[in-house]
Amino acid sequence: MATPAVDLSAALILAAPAPADWLVVLPVALMIGLGAVLMMVRKSVRLHGGIAIAGLTLLVLLDAALLWRVSVHGPVTMVMGRWLPPFGIAFTADLFGAVMALAAAIIALAAGIFALADIDASGRRYGFYPFLMLLMAGVSGAFLTGDIFNLYVWFEVLLISSFGLLILGSQPEQIDGALKYAVLNLIGTTLFLIAVGYLYAIFGTLNMADIARKAAGLREAAPLTTLTALFILAFAIKAAAFPVNFWLPASYHTPRVVVSALFGGLLTKVGIYSLIRVTVMLFPVEREALSLIVAISAALTMLVGALGALAQNDIRRLVGYVVIAGIGNMMAGVAIGTPAAVSGAILYALHSVVTMTALYLVAGEAGRLGGTWALSGLGGLYRKAPWFSGASFLLFLAASGLPPLSGLWPKVALLKASLDIGAWWLAAAILLSAFLITLALARVFLLAFWRPRPDPVPEAAAPAGTSVDWRVALPLGCLTALVVLFGLLPEPLLDLAQRAAEGLGEPAAYIQSVFPGGTAR
Amino acid sequence: MNTLILRTVAPSLTALMLLFSVFVLLRGHNEPGGGFIGGLIAASALAIYGIAFGVPSVRRAIRFHPMAIAGFGLLLATLSGALSIVFGVPFMTGLWVYPVIFDVELPLSTVMSFDIGVYLVVVGAITSIALALEQEPGSDVEEKD
Repeated sequence: MATPAVDLSAALILAAPAPADWLVVLPVALMIGLGAVLMMVRKSVRLHGGIAIAGLTLLVLLDAALLWRVSVHGPVTMVMGRWLPPFGIAFTADLFGAVMALAAAIIALAAGIFALADIDASGRRYGFYPFLMLLMAGVSGAFLTGDIFNLYVWFEVLLISSFGLLILGSQPEQIDGALKYAVLNLIGTTLFLIAVGYLYAIFGTLNMADIARKAAGLREAAPLTTLTALFILAFAIKAAAFPVNFWLPASYHTPRVVVSALFGGLLTKVGIYSLIRVTVMLFPVEREALSLIVAISAALTMLVGALGALAQNDIRRLVGYVVIAGIGNMMAGVAIGTPAAVSGAILYALHSVVTMTALYLVAGEAGRLGGTWALSGLGGLYRKAPWFSGASFLLFLAASGLPPLSGLWPKVALLKASLDIGAWWLAAAILLSAFLITLALARVFLLAFWRPRPDPVPEAAAPAGTSVDWRVALPLGCLTALVVLFGLLPEPLLDLAQRAAEGLGEPAAYIQSVFPGGTAR
Repeated sequence: MNTLILRTVAPSLTALMLLFSVFVLLRGHNEPGGGFIGGLIAASALAIYGIAFGVPSVRRAIRFHPMAIAGFGLLLATLSGALSIVFGVPFMTGLWVYPVIFDVELPLSTVMSFDIGVYLVVVGAITSIALALEQEPGSDVEEKD
């Protein structure tokens, strides 16, 4: 077949992509490919752990390389099928996306190792590791895509994988939790899809860089505030913000603990990521108009989360409420919207990804050692496993936002940002919520770790475990080390978050990366 | 449902539908059709066979577990996209070869192998669901094969 004599440069990118540009696609392609391989060897459960952990290690390396590349050379773009943007689907990684992808990969690796101990052969035959791979494909895709409809697609991918993970074990209460989770999340996804359709009707494009540069011209004519409000509602459901937070405590305590850890670390943060991406980068003016509503929702989310955590007896439910309180803090950063506040929210998101995963792992291990999930039945863990207790104590401090651990810095940044714009009540909510979370976690430490084991044991369902396995100690130790490291040496990450926030506020570099010539209509 | 009429017709109907599904798959490159709809037709064919002769006979006939077929399809689609890394063009770019076999030029592309991957994913996933629904309650063939 002869090549037709047309000017291909009007439709295609003819220059070869730089080898480093592949870093933006490879994390997703790797996870999908490995998920496929693991589905093919579904019955050979012995192979699963090794393949998955090797793959996740590679994912961490790829994401780290991507972050390095983005941090040195600015945003990286690759357009699928070499169609010119905005027609081709673009994958664009800026600092925010890359650093979130790296954090997600790290905790997925930790969860993969923890799962070696937590997920038995029947859980693996059911497909834990393939689901984990596909979940990570969805999460990485959501963080790295530069196209808003594609973001919706990755939401679906991670949602479907999460359904599979949620009902691993097929117990009645898991089905019950999964139903609540599924219904609420499907409503959120539908709202998101409606908003995307609405956006396409207004802009005629789905490419985020294209939307960002066209928004200024359409602001007078189009109902962008309505559109932004729809997006905020959809992402608030995903992130479990008040008043649409109730699905999280209803479902997150039902699956295996490693699944809870993954969800607590990743899924709500994908919601927050999308919220920041859409409101701060695409529609900053509309975000400003809606900021009071977001701020009120943020304050209530923090307080509901903190009060809920105080009221719980089941430690897994308690951690679920701590996750919600963190979401409130990140929403506060979005509501304030200054670069300092957004960088605080990004820092908080990174801290939360690592700390919440680790807290769920602590809850799971405490439950295994103590033989029950109820605080009223737990006790004597400090005597049983002093090192584990030490790590737990550090993580509790980090989650409460006490120095010298990672929770302190984002809270300081958010407090300062809210006081800078005179929102004293938002600052008060942040402080009050942190105080209540401190009380709630101190209660856990006091009752489960310090108190001697209550005798006789109420409802001794499972036989209490004896010692801590290396497959538990290694991921927990590494996550704790990260939290401590970030608490003691916050400077590089503070700087990174600052630059990421500036990149979101002034997306010129992002647009430049997608449209190098500044052309295309 | 398990009547003599259905049992007589089912084998030829299944064979015909499977053949037709491949036709729809290949036709889909330039005309209506494609991997998704082709896969649905193939999955319906297997479902009919399952209604007539029972789930175990379908499982024996397709040799591999439906989820393994879906996994292979997903892998094929991913590799079709990733092949462009070798040729220095962005991910998912269509790559073509035109081998001449018996004086007939045969255009083959990664677009087609991607679509075959889609076909296999749909066949595997839908068959897996259909067989699980058709299975006699209580019988646990799924775990034994």
